[in-house]
Amino acid sequence: MPPSGPTNFDEMLDPAGGVRPAYAGFRNWYDEQAPAWLKRQDAEAERFFRRTGITFNVYGDDAGEERLIPFDMIPRIITAAEWRKLTRGIEQRVRALNAFLHDLYHRREIVRSGRLPQRLLDKNVAFLPQMVGFTPPGGVYTHIVGIDLVRTGPDEFMVLEDNARTPSGVSYMLENRETMMAMFPELFTRVPVRPVSDYPRRLAQSLAACAPACAGERPVVAVLTPGIYNSAYFEHAFLADQMGAELVEGSDLRVINGRIAMRTTRGFEPIDVLYRRVDDDYLDPLSFNPKSSLGVSGIMDIYRAGGITIANAPGTGIADDKAIYSFMPEIVEFYTGEKPILQNVPTWRCAEPESLKYVLDNLKELVVKEVHGSGGYGMLIGPTSSKAELAAFEKKLRARPENYIAQPTLALSTVPIFTKAGLAPRHVDLRPFVLVSPTGIDITPGGLTRVAIQKGSLVVNSSQGGGTKDSWVLED
Amino acid sequence: MLGRSAHGIFWMSRHLERAENTARLLDAGFRLALTRSQHAATSEWKSVLVTIGQDAAYRQRHEEYNGQLVTNWILRGRDNPGSVVNMIEMARSNARSVRTALTREVWEATNESWMVLREMLARPVKAGNLGEALAAIRRQATLVRGAMDGTMLRNEIFNFARIGTFIERADNTARILDVKYYLLLPSVSLVGSSLDNAQWDTVLRSVSGERAYRWLNAGAMDPRGIASFLILDGRFPRSLASCYQKLRSNMASLTQQYGQTGPAHDLLRDAGDRLDQLTIQQIIEYGLHQFIGDFIVSNRQIADAVARDYRFSN
Repeated sequence: MPPSGPTNFDEMLDPAGGVRPAYAGFRNWYDEQAPAWLKRQDAEAERFFRRTGITFNVYGDDAGEERLIPFDMIPRIITAAEWRKLTRGIEQRVRALNAFLHDLYHRREIVRSGRLPQRLLDKNVAFLPQMVGFTPPGGVYTHIVGIDLVRTGPDEFMVLEDNARTPSGVSYMLENRETMMAMFPELFTRVPVRPVSDYPRRLAQSLAACAPACAGERPVVAVLTPGIYNSAYFEHAFLADQMGAELVEGSDLRVINGRIAMRTTRGFEPIDVLYRRVDDDYLDPLSFNPKSSLGVSGIMDIYRAGGITIANAPGTGIADDKAIYSFMPEIVEFYTGEKPILQNVPTWRCAEPESLKYVLDNLKELVVKEVHGSGGYGMLIGPTSSKAELAAFEKKLRARPENYIAQPTLALSTVPIFTKAGLAPRHVDLRPFVLVSPTGIDITPGGLTRVAIQKGSLVVNSSQGGGTKDSWVLED
Repeated sequence: MLGRSAHGIFWMSRHLERAENTARLLDAGFRLALTRSQHAATSEWKSVLVTIGQDAAYRQRHEEYNGQLVTNWILRGRDNPGSVVNMIEMARSNARSVRTALTREVWEATNESWMVLREMLARPVKAGNLGEALAAIRRQATLVRGAMDGTMLRNEIFNFARIGTFIERADNTARILDVKYYLLLPSVSLVGSSLDNAQWDTVLRSVSGERAYRWLNAGAMDPRGIASFLILDGRFPRSLASCYQKLRSNMASLTQQYGQTGPAHDLLRDAGDRLDQLTIQQIIEYGLHQFIGDFIVSNRQIADAVARDYRFSN
C-alpha cells in the first residue's frame, strides 16, 4: 500500500482541488503574501527558536546535544464543529480512563465481569502493587493527558495512543502559537482563532484543585524534573516558569515531618502537589529502582499517608500499555455506559494465536509496536521496511508475541507544509492536552500537531525527525 | 527560592563576570605585547596567565609564551576549564538549570551569548581579529547585564546574581593588583619616579580604568594614586571599595527580605569596615602584597559563608 495516495484525506483541499471551509480564511491571506517574504519568515522562525533555546535532546545523539524540533509555519486548522465533537469524545475517554485506573487498583470489576483478561495485568511492569487499595487525592489518576489522535476522513478521528502517563509537548503548543503571532500578527486579526495561552494558568489551577487535605489555602505546586540533560527539560522549566512554581530536582527534596519538602534559601518548605516529569521507576528509590537518584526516598510512603499529591499518579502507565489500549472500546463502554465517541485504531494482539498468524502473514502491510514502547522507538512500519528488517522483526514476534500489537498502516490525513517549492501535503497527527481535577475536565482548544517532514513518511515523532505546527481551533 | 537556584544564579553571574574580565586582561596584555620588546611581551603573557591562575596548566601543554598560543588557550582551549568558551558554556548551563529564576530576556541574552561566542571561538583567533573577539565578549556580557538590570524583579534572585558578580569582580581586580604589585611597589614610596608608563597603562586597562583614572588625575601617572584608585575609590565600578559597597547593599536587601542575618553578613561587615577605614598609606605600610593576599582569602570566605547561609547545597 503506498503510504501516501489518493485515499489520504487532505485537510486543506477537497478532491476537486477547492479549499475546504476550515482553511478558507487562511488561504485568502496566504495567497496575498509575497512568496519571497514568506521564505524569509520561514528562515526567521528557526532563528527565533534557537535564540529562545527551545530545544529537544534526542537520546542516542551526542550527550546533551540539543536539537531543534522543526517548526512549520502553515497552521493546522480545525473548525468549531469538529472540535466540539472531539472534546466530547476526549472527555468520555478520559473519564473512562480514570474510572478504569481506580477499578484496576481496587475491586477489578472489569476483570471479574470478564471484559478484560487477567493476564494483561499479571507481571505487567506498569502495574504498581504499591497503588493497590489506595485512592489518590480527589480520586484523580491522570491529571494531565495528551491523547494522540489521527484523522482518516472528513468525520473520522481515531485515538492512536492515550498517553495517560506523562504526555509532553505542551510547551511547543504554546511556543508555536507565540511564534506565529509574532511572525504574522495581522493573520490573527483576519482569522478568529481560539487562544491557548492560558494553559499554564489552567494547569496551575487544576493541580492546586487536586491538593491533599493537609495543604493550606494556597497549595504549593512544584515541577519535578530529572534535570538539564533530560530531553524535555526545556518544557519542564517552561511550565514551572509559566505557572510560577518551583522547578525541583530529586536532590532538592527530602522527607521532613511527614511531608515532602524542598531545600530553599530559607530552609525546607513542604510541597503539596508535585507535577513530576520523572518516570514511576525513578520516583522513589525505596519503593522502585534503588539506584535512582532522580526521585525522593520515601515519597511513596508520604503519598499513601496523604502528605502529597503526585501528578500523574504512579501506576497510570498501565493505561498506556498497547494491549490494554486494544480494549479501550470495552473499557469506555464498561465505565460510562455509552458507546465510544472516538474510535480506536483496529489492533491485533499478537498474544492471541490467530492474531499472530494474521500479523505474520501480513507483516508488510502493518505497523507493529511494542506494548510498553513509546516515542516511536522499537516499532516496525511494514510498508517502508526492507526484507531484512521484516525478517528480523518476524523473529522477535515469534520469540515474544505477547510483547507486540499490530495495526493497519493508516491513511493518515495530510496538511500542507511550507517548502521552497510551495505548499506540499504531509502526514499529521494531533495531541490535545486535557486537564483533570475534581472540579472537571478541561481541554485546551488545539493541541500539538506533529507533522512528518519527509514526503510520504508516516512517522511524526520528534525523536524520529518529525516537526510541529501551530494548531488552530476556529471560533464559532 | 530553591537553594540550588540561588547557587545556579550566583555561579552564572560569576562565570559571566570572569569571562568578561578575562577578555579585559587579554586586551591589556595584547596592547602591551604590540608595543614592547619580545622579552617584555613574553613576561606580559606569562603574567596574564598567572593572574587568572592558569600558568601551571598552560605550561603542561606549551613550552613557550607567545600571543597566539596564550590567547587561544585562554579564549578557546577546550581542555582548559577556565577558557572563555568553557566559562560561557558553564554560565549558560547554570542559566539553563535556573531557567525559572530568570526572565525570558536574561535567558535569551545568555543563550545568544553562548551561541555567538561559541561560533566565533570555533576557529583559532588571529592577532588581526583578536580585538574584535574581545570586544564581542565584552559586548555579550554587557547584553546579559543590561537584560538583568532592565527586566529582573529586585528580589532575592537579583541579589544572588549581584552578589556573585561583585564577589567575582573584587577577586579579579585583586588578582590583577596581586600580580602587578611589584610594579607599584618600588615606586610607591618614591614620589615622582619615572617608571614605565606603559606598565601602568596595562594595569589600568585590565580593569578598563585608564580613562577614568586619567580624567580624575589629569593624566599624571602616580603608582600610589593607581593603587588607591583600584582599592579605595568607590566611584570606580571595578575597585574593591565599589564592589564591597554593592555587596553590602545586596546583602542588606537579603536581610530585609529574610528578616535575619548569618555569618556571611558578619564577615562582610568586618571586611567592608576595613576598606572604609584604611588609607593607602596604611596599606602600603602593611605591605600591598600582604593586603591583597588577605583580601582574596577573606573574599573567598564571604562567598563560602553566603553559600552556607543560603543553603546552596546539601
